[in-house]
Amino acid sequence: MEAIARLVSAEMTPAELKNNAAAASAGYAYGLAAIGPGIGIGYLVGKSVEAMARQPEAAGMVRTTMFLGIAFTEALALIGFVVFILLKFA
Amino acid sequence: MNEKLSPLAMASAGQAPEVTVSRDIIRRGLIIAPLIMVIAGVIWGLTGAWSAGLGLALVLMNFGLAAALISWAAPISLALMMGVTLFGFLLRLGLISLAVFLVRDVSWVSLPALGITIIVTHLGLLFWEMRFIAASLAFPGLRPNAQEYPSSSAAETP
Repeated sequence: MEAIARLVSAEMTPAELKNNAAAASAGYAYGLAAIGPGIGIGYLVGKSVEAMARQPEAAGMVRTTMFLGIAFTEALALIGFVVFILLKFA
Repeated sequence: MNEKLSPLAMASAGQAPEVTVSRDIIRRGLIIAPLIMVIAGVIWGLTGAWSAGLGLALVLMNFGLAAALISWAAPISLALMMGVTLFGFLLRLGLISLAVFLVRDVSWVSLPALGITIIVTHLGLLFWEMRFIAASLAFPGLRPNAQEYPSSSAAETP
């Protein structure tokens, strides 16, 4: 709250403003980068569950493909996370 | 709705191919770990080498935990497996974030090296593993070795 009050009253230096903008952007980047894979994994696992329910004899193959799909989708979230730590801390 | 086809009432018992796949990924990751640490050490120095080792350990832990959660939940219920997979995604992201936050100010950690190692090894190990995956009903998980099934490989040759 103090930071917002100082921002409103224009007491922040340009460097502080830049740091705050970088911190906010990093947070948005991480959050937005996690949304897409979350939707993707939900859709992927939902379809896999549907496939296993329809064809239980193919469950092993479906689970193999599902596991790889989850890992590939999760790479997007990891890329967002790495961008976050590089923006915020590096 | 037919109760027999409801995913809520179904489970996927039997083999756990994701455990086989993740074990194979971890084995390959451990094999290439020294090489990755040497490459990172050449680029970023000693801190880069330690950071690459930490990044690789995080990636391998991530694969192992994902497989363990799925193989635990699938024999219980498919609906539980879906829930565990989604919340497991959150849990694993949280654990990786926590691990990085804990070491971000440590002197022997280089954050660029850590971040790049996480991305490169995660994707690299996955693409490498895809060469050994069998997409068939007979062999869920990994393809069998030629030594294990010599007759099938001999039958393919004219």
